[in-house]
Amino acid sequence: MKLIEVKNISKIYQLGDIELRALDKVIVDIEEKEFLAIMGPSGSGKSTFMNIIGCLDIPTGGQYLLEGIDVGQLTRDELAHIRNQKVGFVFQGFNLLSRTSALENVELPMLYSGVPAKDRRQKARAALKTVGLEGREDHHPNQLSGGQQQRVAIARAIVNEVPIILADEPTGNLDTHTSIEIMELFQKLNNESGITVILVTHEPDIAAYSRRIIRFLDGNVVSDMATADDKGMRGEVRK
Amino acid sequence: MISIPWTVQIALRALRVNKMRSALTMLGIIIGVGAVIAMLAVGTGASRQISEQMASMGSNLLIVLPGSQTSGGLRMGFGSQPTLTLNDADAIQKECPSVQDVAPIQNGVAQIVYGNLNWSTGVYGTSPGVVSVRDWPVGSGRAFTDEDIRSATKVAILGQTVVDNLFGGIDPIDQIIRIKKVPFRVIGVMAVKGQSVMGQDQDDTVFVPVTTAQKKLFGTVFAGSVRQIMVKAKSADDLDSGEKQITDLLRQRHHIGAKKDDDFSVRNLTQLMQAAEQSTKVMTLLLGAIASVSLLVGGIGIMNIMLVSVTERTREIGIRMAIGAKTWDIRLQFIMEAVILSLIGGVIGLVAGITGSEVISMSAGWRTDVSVVSAVLAFAFSGIVGIFFGFYPAYKASLLNPIDALRYE
Repeated sequence: MKLIEVKNISKIYQLGDIELRALDKVIVDIEEKEFLAIMGPSGSGKSTFMNIIGCLDIPTGGQYLLEGIDVGQLTRDELAHIRNQKVGFVFQGFNLLSRTSALENVELPMLYSGVPAKDRRQKARAALKTVGLEGREDHHPNQLSGGQQQRVAIARAIVNEVPIILADEPTGNLDTHTSIEIMELFQKLNNESGITVILVTHEPDIAAYSRRIIRFLDGNVVSDMATADDKGMRGEVRK
Repeated sequence: MISIPWTVQIALRALRVNKMRSALTMLGIIIGVGAVIAMLAVGTGASRQISEQMASMGSNLLIVLPGSQTSGGLRMGFGSQPTLTLNDADAIQKECPSVQDVAPIQNGVAQIVYGNLNWSTGVYGTSPGVVSVRDWPVGSGRAFTDEDIRSATKVAILGQTVVDNLFGGIDPIDQIIRIKKVPFRVIGVMAVKGQSVMGQDQDDTVFVPVTTAQKKLFGTVFAGSVRQIMVKAKSADDLDSGEKQITDLLRQRHHIGAKKDDDFSVRNLTQLMQAAEQSTKVMTLLLGAIASVSLLVGGIGIMNIMLVSVTERTREIGIRMAIGAKTWDIRLQFIMEAVILSLIGGVIGLVAGITGSEVISMSAGWRTDVSVVSAVLAFAFSGIVGIFFGFYPAYKASLLNPIDALRYE
């Protein structure tokens, strides 16, 4: 079974008389353990595509199957449950809760899935260790660097043992050096834990970490190809 | 779904972030709850005072007073012309079916002497019926008997205040006192009664048989006349019929023609007191209603702040939704914030209300009663206010589109 099957999905916004086709009959399949980059200029439909993949939005036409489940048929709360269990979000602006410690930020998804307090704490610590933030559990976001904040966000994304990470320009607010560290972390999660990583980026250097690049333009997929070197070793070379 | 303790913790944290704002929002509830409790305390205090006075006067009481005297066009008012006699009292007792007991009163002020001490007080000549009419039992010793009335024996029952002033710790029973130089044997002491409606010390009194008062102490204007007759009706429902029966009986006994005015009057004090109590209850209700308005205003303040808070935290809501918060997770979070805000306000308001009513009773000298019911009610009401006014902002938050919320700056 494919992890993600996108069958002819469209997203049409009706703005008065004008019909805006953000996505126009897009077909994409994504297998488990893929590392995928989505590129395209702004307004190309890549964000809409990501929102639908992440179950934040539902298509106006076509079908989206996530692990065989037809997401289009689900209620608001069922979508929330899918997001909680299947998808981890990493945003450009980190989107951590301020005045809340790193540990509690990571615990957040488990709060909404009813994990008992003791397991919660233990799993959150383990996730922070995975992203290399051991010992920073009690730091608040404003006491952490951008790279560290993004690591907390990644820990929060993986803590519920989700199969998919959706990263929307995860390095957009970071310097080159930190960007490399974050991308290596994604590679590690992809290689070692088998998590499917789907990232949106403008930068070809960042996209180069992936093994497959999909390009969007005007709501359509214009290219879908494997990168030249799909071993994910390019990060080493670049340093 | 998210657990309640966690929701509480999240809410407390959010409230701590804006301490000043939380405190000011709470102030509305504090004032509201405080006002409700204090106002109800004033109201219940007043009505309880009235009902206690009613009980101390004797329940279902009718008072028959002699008529007015007209001399040379000058009308002297009720009681100026003695028209009531002991026989009238006996007749009321025997012939009015609504009447339970009768106590004729012939009174005056007299000097009482025991040993080398003396005390001046009101001396009431009455009958054994006084115990039942005034709901006032004899504390120690014995009450009058019909024999005492018939033979006008020189016996007296003292009020506690008189005992305190004449007998320093000595048991007054069977002691001899002198009232207007006439020796009386003390046969009993009335139970302590306290203040009357007018604030008079009711225990500062001496009872003697009515016949003795007539013959030995105060005399009579004509044979057997008394100052007033106190009547106890069988029940509150019998007050009106009793009043009518007494009026009819006395008109007939006094040979008053159909077109002539009564030469006596029947007063229904209980009715008067009930009217007073009723108006106090209305006042309590009114005060409570006005105070509730401030609680309502406090609630609107909470709603206002919660709406601001939802807007400010749109991004946080978006994050929580993206991570898997369901509709009710978000709603519960904001409702809980509003409820905690108003419950803390409710507790402080409770303390403020109790303190406030103490201050009122001390400074104004009014009696205030903080009833448990009103406290619980005001507190529960503050919780309900929180839920009610917290719901709309929470509802609004839960309907946000996660994509828009995440993008909100």
